[in-house]
Amino acid sequence: MNVLVIAVLAVGTFLIRLAGPLLRGRVEVSDRADLLLKRGATVVLVALVATSALIVEGAWAGWALPAGVVVGGVLAWRKAPLALVVVAAAATTAGLRLLGVA
Amino acid sequence: MFARLTRLVGRDLLRDTLAYSAGIAVAGASFGALATAQGLEWWTTMAVSVLVYAGTAQFAALGVAASGGGPAAIIATGLILNLRHIPYGLSVGHLYWDRWWTRILGTHNLLDTTTAFALAEGDDLRRAKIAYWTTGAGNAVAWVVGNAAGILAGSRIGDPAVLGVDAALPALILALVLPALRDRSTLLAAVAGAGIALAASPFLPAGLPVLAALAGLLFAWPRRESEAREGAAP
Repeated sequence: MNVLVIAVLAVGTFLIRLAGPLLRGRVEVSDRADLLLKRGATVVLVALVATSALIVEGAWAGWALPAGVVVGGVLAWRKAPLALVVVAAAATTAGLRLLGVA
Repeated sequence: MFARLTRLVGRDLLRDTLAYSAGIAVAGASFGALATAQGLEWWTTMAVSVLVYAGTAQFAALGVAASGGGPAAIIATGLILNLRHIPYGLSVGHLYWDRWWTRILGTHNLLDTTTAFALAEGDDLRRAKIAYWTTGAGNAVAWVVGNAAGILAGSRIGDPAVLGVDAALPALILALVLPALRDRSTLLAAVAGAGIALAASPFLPAGLPVLAALAGLLFAWPRRESEAREGAAP
């Protein structure tokens, strides 16, 4: 990765990040639109969780990764503190891999 | 000053930010180590992490470079992966749209996690702002410190997969969006969207399936203002 590649990536990423608030700033956001925009971001985040838990480099991620995410999700659902959610998810996945589960 | 900061931010958010930052530091260390192992100079690695500042895209760009991809492939992979920040900015952009410098810092700090932390505060604008900036600051420090540690340790750092770090971030984001999913329409849209993203994954380059998920919104389109107000209630 040379300097030019890094510069294009950096500027491009910044402009992408800038696009949302600039688009939003051009119109008065109604309650309904605000609800939709928040719902949209939530939908993208959930899809990100699903794809990053189940797919790695275009193929099935194996059982260890989704198992860790599910354990973290169940703990969060039971209102466990976030620190416990994160550690339990990582420990489950790490433990399963230690046992030879992919 | 520390006591005042603790009172403003709140113990729970401070604890969550520390836990989250620890995870980011480990991820940063693995990026630093991986980049160094691939022959990047320490200052190049740091420049990428500070200027691009988007973990997933950085790892992907390294991967493309390692498999012999040219500049165009590296740039396309990184930028397509980052397109999901557009819906993030649409949903939380107003939280930092105050002064010119908060706009710049806030824009640079727009991440999966800062968005999720801010959204998790619901309709409380003040708490959402505090969550956005607190977790953003934690992320920035942890990412840079982690990178430096990874560059110094180099190949002595093993495979981060052994630590299960790849499960920690999705679990964290899942935990943060769970409260929003109590709203049935949001849940329906999210489940439909995740299904669409998974179905599209074999056919689209990484980064686009999560945007295709936005089609899930059509399954729960709010019809009237009354429903919007109902849905917006905490």
